[in-house]
Amino acid sequence: MSTTLLETPLVGWHAAHGGRMVDFAGWRMPVQYGSIVDEHLATRAAAGMFDVSHMGRLAVGGAAAIDWLESLLTRRVAGIEVGRARYTLVTGESGGRTVVLDDALVAREPDAADGTPRLSLVVNASNRPRVVDWLRSRLPATGVTFIDRTFETAMIAVQGPLAVGLVAELAAADDAARITALGPYRTTPARVAGAAATVSRTGYTGEDGVELVVEAAAAAPLWEAIMAAGGPRGLRSCGLGARDTLRLEAGMPLYGHELREESDPFAIGLGLAVDLDGRRFPGSERFARLKAEPAGRVRVGLRLDSKRSSREGDAVLLGERPVGVVTSGSFAPTLGTAVAMALVDRDVAAAGTAVDCLIRDTRQAARVTPLPFYRRHTRQGATAGAV
Amino acid sequence: MAADLKFAKTHEWVRPETTGVATVGISSYAVEALTDLVFMQLPAVGKRVKAGESLGEIESVKAVSDVYAPISGEIVEVNTALPGKLETLGQDPYGEGWLVRIKPDDPAELDRLLDRADYDKLVGSQPH
Repeated sequence: MSTTLLETPLVGWHAAHGGRMVDFAGWRMPVQYGSIVDEHLATRAAAGMFDVSHMGRLAVGGAAAIDWLESLLTRRVAGIEVGRARYTLVTGESGGRTVVLDDALVAREPDAADGTPRLSLVVNASNRPRVVDWLRSRLPATGVTFIDRTFETAMIAVQGPLAVGLVAELAAADDAARITALGPYRTTPARVAGAAATVSRTGYTGEDGVELVVEAAAAAPLWEAIMAAGGPRGLRSCGLGARDTLRLEAGMPLYGHELREESDPFAIGLGLAVDLDGRRFPGSERFARLKAEPAGRVRVGLRLDSKRSSREGDAVLLGERPVGVVTSGSFAPTLGTAVAMALVDRDVAAAGTAVDCLIRDTRQAARVTPLPFYRRHTRQGATAGAV
Repeated sequence: MAADLKFAKTHEWVRPETTGVATVGISSYAVEALTDLVFMQLPAVGKRVKAGESLGEIESVKAVSDVYAPISGEIVEVNTALPGKLETLGQDPYGEGWLVRIKPDDPAELDRLLDRADYDKLVGSQPH
């Protein structure tokens, strides 16, 4: 194995606990500890804990920080309140055209001591270098500080019906109440198992849960504390394999698969990540045209008649006509059947449309299915997750 | 486990039967490495296979893998119960978890496969 792979502060724990380590976007990460299906189902039934420290964590501050991000992100940042997180796209310019560089979470953290705003961006590991390069190239001479904090911090996702309670239990009384009361896409500083953490009610599994960002040195003790508290109640450590099957069931796009440089966000169901109305950001004019004149293939869910999966790149056929291409596909452990996401022609996008996926020269029947494939039961009175 | 098993480097095992046919399966190492098996496709009886060619495929949650014919010959029997009960592969990979029986074209091909000790050495040296 290459020695040049990046490692998270939890790599020793993974290796000592049976993690099968793979190269993921240049990081040595666990794809699974045992069974992906068991890890997946534990997250749905109890809780799963994921090392997501490979994700890029960028800190933006200074008096002009909000105006600067407002001019660059597809989602409105102006007026964002402290403690709010928003799902956004990061667009940039490449060879004279505008492209989608990544999708990201932007959050406003508590103001600095001097009263200036502080914001954070969480970006995909695979895109971090170019997003950092792009944003640095757009920095104004004064008024904005921009730091890549990926390597000095760690990020742990705890997801599942027991997740919020477990993390709250490990927090001091005031902090525990704040964590429990945290709404979706809200974020708060809190001390968890003794570590100063930023706790966000966010995730990538379709479950309720939180993501915690801590200093790198605090990661292993925090992970161990959550494991000790949750293990007896069914919490399991989960690798990237389960992370992928969970997000697929939840109908969440993954950059490089459903979402690409040239993507039309409205066609792939990410219109919510684009605030237009008079705003200007790289690609805003192109996006306004795409919104006004819908065209091109749209993202749909496909439910297959088998446990055999259709994988990325497989053709979708209507009779003999190629009508689309699979962008992600897997056996879905919660559903007990294979599912996929695909980009298809608009005339076959209606739910219930019968198509075939061409899997290694064999046709497999599939049906267009509304996304998400899996939706958790929310308690009465719980607020729906607004992105 | 019987010592008369032979192994391919691609993790299939072969057991020559007294009836002149050879039973083929996949090793416990391969089953464990794949984990989360969800689908298996086996050939039809009567199909002719050549050593090293794909005999069928086995799919885990993560990926699809080919199963290769360790010897050349004709498929004379298929474990049709296996695709519907893939857990058998984990429970009894060298018994109930067999895949196919092949009537070998050339029994000498068996001699080119690994014996148990060499196979164990091979998988013991692979990153797991």
